[in-house]
Amino acid sequence: MSTTEEKHWLVRPKTIRGLWYGGIAMLTMLVLADFFIHPHPYFGIDGSFGFYSWYGLITCVAMVIFAKALGIFLKRKDTYYDDE
Amino acid sequence: MTMNDFPPALVLLLGAFLLPLAGKNIRPLLILGLPLVTLGLVWNLPDGSFANLSMFNYQLNFIHSDSLSRLFATVFAIMTFAGGLFALKQKSVMEQVAVFAYAGSAIGAVFAGDLISLFIFWEIMAVASTMIVLSVGSKICNQVSMRYFQVHMLGGSLLLVGILMHIHATGSTAFSVMEPNSLGTILILMGFLINVAAPPLSAWLSDAYSEASFSGTVFLSAFTTKTAVYVLLRGFPGTEILIFIGVFMIFYGIIYALLENDMRRILAYSIVNQVGFMVTGIGIGTEMAMNGVAAHAFAHIIYKALLLMSAGSVLYMTGKRKCTDLGGLFQSMPITTICGIIGALAISSFPFTSGFISKSMISQSAADAELVVVWFFLLAASAGVFLHAGIKFPWFVFFQKDSGLRPPDPPWNMKLAMIFFSALCIGIGVWPEILYSKLPYPVTYVPYTVTHVVNMLQLLMFSGFAFFLLLPLMKRTLTITLDFDWLYRRVFPTALQNTFTVIWKIDTAIRQAFFVKFNQALTFISQSYQGPSKLLSRTYPAGSMVMWVAVILATYLLLSFIH
Repeated sequence: MSTTEEKHWLVRPKTIRGLWYGGIAMLTMLVLADFFIHPHPYFGIDGSFGFYSWYGLITCVAMVIFAKALGIFLKRKDTYYDDE
Repeated sequence: MTMNDFPPALVLLLGAFLLPLAGKNIRPLLILGLPLVTLGLVWNLPDGSFANLSMFNYQLNFIHSDSLSRLFATVFAIMTFAGGLFALKQKSVMEQVAVFAYAGSAIGAVFAGDLISLFIFWEIMAVASTMIVLSVGSKICNQVSMRYFQVHMLGGSLLLVGILMHIHATGSTAFSVMEPNSLGTILILMGFLINVAAPPLSAWLSDAYSEASFSGTVFLSAFTTKTAVYVLLRGFPGTEILIFIGVFMIFYGIIYALLENDMRRILAYSIVNQVGFMVTGIGIGTEMAMNGVAAHAFAHIIYKALLLMSAGSVLYMTGKRKCTDLGGLFQSMPITTICGIIGALAISSFPFTSGFISKSMISQSAADAELVVVWFFLLAASAGVFLHAGIKFPWFVFFQKDSGLRPPDPPWNMKLAMIFFSALCIGIGVWPEILYSKLPYPVTYVPYTVTHVVNMLQLLMFSGFAFFLLLPLMKRTLTITLDFDWLYRRVFPTALQNTFTVIWKIDTAIRQAFFVKFNQALTFISQSYQGPSKLLSRTYPAGSMVMWVAVILATYLLLSFIH
């Protein structure tokens, strides 16, 4: 892509900033939606306010960090098996 | 013999032999037509057992037709049709033949009512799927296919021994519900588990599926693991250990996919993840769980094939497969991008996609069975699916940085196949009752409640939020992640090689010591017998030799007279 050509509208910094704002607004609305729905908890804690939101966020952060830590031991260059 | 006694599997199995004979113009008609013929036969089958055969006093039953077997055969036939459409421009006839044999034997295995015919189709599947990888023809694919084949031969051998012991113990060849309480049934279970990519032998899947051709992987993703899910559903529902195996597979898939750089390996690991949901459901074993597993297998085949079609399109158009080489493709491949995203939403069980209405049944069954820990694991895993497949795959392939690549969308047939499967992903999600009515048990589950939809959106959106928050940690590197196959690809060969190096060294040392001693002995002998008077070094005149020969001949003559 030549430098003079305008970037695709979706990857312009302005759009990306807008997407972040929009995304955060949507997340806030989703959390607030808990005020309006009737939870059907199976085990108690999953009926508490904002459970699905924080549980999704925290477990995902945990999985990424766990994967990162495991990668320290198990990652190899992708040419590792090339001499077979 | 009636029409019902004709096994639907034979259409594709016999069709496989027709493909190389048919000309360039007829072959596409067969590739698209025969799966539809199969579909027609499957839908026309009533409940019951057909195509019974007696062989060496054993009862073979090639068609055991009920709602479960017809459901799997249906999705296999649809898959063969759409995959065939996608692969229409595949130049390798060998791959097309192998695909037909593979799909046909998978349908055969699904209808098998007895263990012997199940084993026959099981092994044809193993050979045919190996041929798909082999048909690429590169050196790497030869090695990969041999590794793949060996793992499946191990699984097949376990299965065969298990089946023989089971038949010997029970006197029946029937394939019915079993409990892993005898050596025979345990071996059968192990054979099934190898094909489901259960630990520890799960590396065959990501190893082979990332090396097959752009179209071959689409088929590979559909049949082997899902046939194994089917036989587990039939043979071992409610087996508790499957819950643990399934949960392990779910997180193994997520973690390894998070670390992966090759786009099709990401999707391969997510197959293990999704099949893990099904294995967990089979372990739970309630009617709701069984329905959920069957529905999820159906939905999974379609959205996973769709994802691999979009990855296959990228590979076909760019020849590149690593996330580090890709990015920014949405600008020139809009249809591939949109279809890939639909597949990604479906695998993440986004509301109004097929994954939403199927996976939630498995989670619900865990809650109903009061499996607290399992339920929380499944919920975390649902968030993790969005993380590793739902966002990671489309983000790194189609968005991310601009790789500068501007390939157009793939040819019409590949686009059409992707659009067809995208439509199915959404259609099943919007009208779940069509799929629900085909499940083995009556469905009372209601997927679309406001609470469920909102909760799922919260879970997924915050998972996505975590992805973009941690984007620096997700940066792709030119690495692979060691798996259990490290043992048989690296450790054992190295250990063997070292052992032999030592053996050869010892062997050389012994030989050398022997030669030294032998030489010394020779020197000693030659020295002790040297000199004109010694026995071995005396010289004899030629005349005396001639005389002695004459004496021997004369004696011989004399003896012959005496005789």
